[in-house]
Amino acid sequence: MRIERIAVKQEIEDLGPVDLDLLNPLIEKYKSKKGNLIPLLQGAQDIYGYIPRLAFEKLASETGNELSDMYGVVTFYAQFRLNPVGKHIIKVCHGTACHVQNARALTTSLKEALKVDDGGTTEDGLFTLESVACLGCCSLAPVMMIGNETYGKLDGSQAVKIMKKIRISENN
Amino acid sequence: METKVIVGLGSCGIAAGARKVYDKLEAFKKAENLQFELKKTSCVGMCYREPLVEIIDDTGTYLYGEIDEERALELIEKHINQKSPVKEYVVQSDLFETIDNEFTGDQVKITLRNCGYIDPENIEDYEAKDGYRAIKKIAGYSMSRLDVIQTVIESGLRGRGGGGFPTGLKWKFANNNKSDEKYIICNADEGDPGAFMDRSVLEGDPHTVLEGMIIGAYAIEATGGVIYCRAEYPLAIKRLQIAIEQARAKGYLGENILGINGFNFDIYIKEGAGAFVCGEETALIASVEGQRGMPRKRPPFPAASGLWKKPTNINNVETLANIPWIIQHGAAEYAKYGTEKSKGTKVFALAGKIRRSGLVEVPMGMSIRDVIFKLGGGIQDGKKFKAVQMGGPSGGCIPAHLADTIVDYDSVNATGAIMGSGGMVVMDESTCMIDVAKFFLDFTQKESCGKCTFCRIGTKRMLEILTNITEGRGEEGDIERLEELSYQIKDNSLCGLGQTAPNPVLTTIRYFRDEYEAHIRDKKCPALVCTKLLTYEVVEANCTGCTVCAVNCPVDAISGARKEIHHIDQEVCINCGVCFTKCKFDAIKIS
Repeated sequence: MRIERIAVKQEIEDLGPVDLDLLNPLIEKYKSKKGNLIPLLQGAQDIYGYIPRLAFEKLASETGNELSDMYGVVTFYAQFRLNPVGKHIIKVCHGTACHVQNARALTTSLKEALKVDDGGTTEDGLFTLESVACLGCCSLAPVMMIGNETYGKLDGSQAVKIMKKIRISENN
Repeated sequence: METKVIVGLGSCGIAAGARKVYDKLEAFKKAENLQFELKKTSCVGMCYREPLVEIIDDTGTYLYGEIDEERALELIEKHINQKSPVKEYVVQSDLFETIDNEFTGDQVKITLRNCGYIDPENIEDYEAKDGYRAIKKIAGYSMSRLDVIQTVIESGLRGRGGGGFPTGLKWKFANNNKSDEKYIICNADEGDPGAFMDRSVLEGDPHTVLEGMIIGAYAIEATGGVIYCRAEYPLAIKRLQIAIEQARAKGYLGENILGINGFNFDIYIKEGAGAFVCGEETALIASVEGQRGMPRKRPPFPAASGLWKKPTNINNVETLANIPWIIQHGAAEYAKYGTEKSKGTKVFALAGKIRRSGLVEVPMGMSIRDVIFKLGGGIQDGKKFKAVQMGGPSGGCIPAHLADTIVDYDSVNATGAIMGSGGMVVMDESTCMIDVAKFFLDFTQKESCGKCTFCRIGTKRMLEILTNITEGRGEEGDIERLEELSYQIKDNSLCGLGQTAPNPVLTTIRYFRDEYEAHIRDKKCPALVCTKLLTYEVVEANCTGCTVCAVNCPVDAISGARKEIHHIDQEVCINCGVCFTKCKFDAIKIS
């Protein structure tokens, strides 16, 4: 069980204003469908990048799902986040193929360069570093994904270089 | 005919730069007003040669490998404008032999028959390759539901998700349970790290999966279909969505499909949310229903009471992709391939320290040695083959001396590994088997849903023991403790995750006990992987005194003035390995 994740996520707090009206089309679409809980939560996360507490409350009151069920589901699945994330999410693949091709070196170098822990977000809010299970590009191992771009056959310093390139283009 | 230029745009191709190649070709074609047809396809399985561009002209087919933007323009100039193919980049052709023929020569493509040959976003491409012909055959010859089920039973097809349960029997059970509502679910939650065949089929030939589901729906009288797909596969989801809309428009989905009276069926996609345990049937159903994906006790089996408590049949992507071919060509044709108890072909994902990584589809019964050495080209960098991991976190490591084991369900099971979904991660002498076992236990420990005590806590205790062993704190009796825990976890877990979680540890103990003993007794890692058991020393002959190691050392264990030989203080060193990765002169030695 991902106990460490659950522990982190109990500190729910609200960071910044949240425009709850953005949820309305989503609620309209799924309100009357059975088994709607996961698509609702996925949709909310697509909107905000994470699921804010206020969004939970609105979804609960307008779709009839229990808050406790929602929290149970969110903490069960790896996809859901209860804290805001950086603008770019760096997903380092730790599947078997990447593991034997030394994916650890990518995470170690990125951690050092970004000064964050695995799962953490940089102070400037630009990057979140995550380890993920297989991305399915095993032949290009070790692999990382930033946004929808996948980068393969990397070593630690190449991974850092790609990150720095994005940082430079963001700062300009 | 008009010359065709086809770019392979699967996830792996795109990651290797194929999208840029496609965009470049498109822009160039427009700018120069060139006469050729530019098309897209998906992965043909030769991942090691990505990005791939195929040119088909009047003379034949030429598949070019490792084509970047610059080479793509070179191809246009030489092959199309000057009509002289660039032979040095050709990896496959119908005109002459290439070195890559070793990769393709012994393959039999049934599941992957269209992958890399058709545009997955175009239903006409699929139809042109006999697509939707099987469901038309059922409608045209009025094949009864039982005829369809009988054909699948006779073909000998077994579930390709890993269980190996006969698909036809599964359908029969679902058919036997009468209900006004029934479901067929396609399990596309490919969670095994190291397996990517389902992704490739979904991206490369989504219609064959839909057709397989439609045939299954007909056979069991399903009223609704769900594809449960990993959210990590955005391209697969997009192409499935397109395929479903196209199939609806053509009447392959909807009401009274192909004029079969009362055959109403539609499919929707359900995105998974990232939980390995959801590959288990009852957990998958819970997840589709919007709950935590925790398995429940069986019986009742899903065939009797599944999604929304209605009879439900769940098949894996690869299984379903075989169905249209079987219906169209007949059970006997399929059963021609394979061994007595495992019929047909199986797709394997070759990855790890192998020269030619990618997807291969071979008849059951080929030896692991042939798959790895003949098709896969052997081990990278001339190193020695040590083991192959099959079956992901539920499987095990098959050592080099058992490489002549043939691939079929029963032979692979006899080694302690399992066929699983078909991932083959190849390991060489630089892979530490205890580290691999630890990797998988770390995975299963995190992915355990927590319902069964032995799985939840037992895997955690096993991981702790393995961590101790890899960090030099191993004790006599650890191996026996691991074994005891393994059997308890296997016996006392409800679902496949717990029942198989100890397999990677048990197989590595069985075949690589000496490595465990070296870690525990001698505090040594023979493969030089477990950093805590290594010592780092400066090779004086190579050291230039550049100070890079000393600057990067996190604990200041390295001393030495600029341009003088450096020295590592072993008392202070924490074996992090940073000096080794930073040194550009091979002046850090590990022992």
